[in-house]
Amino acid sequence: MAPAALVAALVLAAGAATAAQGDAARGEQIYARCAACHALAYDRVGPRHCGLIGRRAGAVAGFPYSPAMKASGIVWNVGTLDRFLAAPLRVVPGTTMTYAGVPEARERADLIAYLVRAGRSPAECGSGQ
Amino acid sequence: MSSFLAIADPQAARRLFLARSGLALSGAAVALLAGRDALAAKSGATRADDVRILNTALGAELEAIAAYQLGAESGLLQKPALGLALQFQGHHKEHADLLAKTVRQLGGKAVSAKSKYGFPVHTLKTQADVLRFAAKLEQGAVSAYLGAVPLFGNRDLSKAAASILGDEAMHWAILRNALGEDPVPIAFVS
Repeated sequence: MAPAALVAALVLAAGAATAAQGDAARGEQIYARCAACHALAYDRVGPRHCGLIGRRAGAVAGFPYSPAMKASGIVWNVGTLDRFLAAPLRVVPGTTMTYAGVPEARERADLIAYLVRAGRSPAECGSGQ
Repeated sequence: MSSFLAIADPQAARRLFLARSGLALSGAAVALLAGRDALAAKSGATRADDVRILNTALGAELEAIAAYQLGAESGLLQKPALGLALQFQGHHKEHADLLAKTVRQLGGKAVSAKSKYGFPVHTLKTQADVLRFAAKLEQGAVSAYLGAVPLFGNRDLSKAAASILGDEAMHWAILRNALGEDPVPIAFVS
């Protein structure tokens, strides 16, 4: 592996590891910050979060994504969420998620832990997610 | 919290100081908040980005208007909660009108309200449910504006957004109070 690629892989792995250690209960409190635009089970100003993990960015049927998000090529997982949530507009310039981000790694880890848990919850998302 | 001293650009620090101290209100912010045009439209290359931020905020405001309408028509709200809901809805209408006007002043196309919103109506069975739902939206709005304020290329728009943020925070506190919760549980919002 080329040095640059190795560094990138290590950075990504570090981000993924940090996020994986998040506390979903604390993340639920942080998720309240998202409540102006997002919900788990239905689309709002932003798309629903049920089924987020493993979903390609821009893939919720009928949601009016920005061209930038549709073209981003991102598949949402712990690592990609960690990078995006740190600075959404830096990762996807042109996104309509015009939010400065969650700069604290600990908070991102907690938030992502909640998104992982809630996004797969039959109680929150039904059996179809 | 950030300090004026932490701002590398002295001009930005001065502007922030003036904004926080209330000693002066810039001409563009006055124009924007008063609904006048011209001055607020001079944001140069960052205009498209600012329009996108404003439109995202406008979309959320339009949804909040619809949410309060749902609450008002639910039959679950009694006075004085019903009066609060209608008052707060009126504020959101004012925010939306101003945001839409500003988008147009900047050469953009303002987003419209959706024909239908997917609110979780089945979860709203009591007045407290409606108030809690509204409080959650208002809390989110505070965070959304907080996350938008530093993004504007035109700092006068940041100031205008911060003004709306303050209003949303008051809504959130009053709704918490109406629910019997500590209206101001924290010293800083995030």
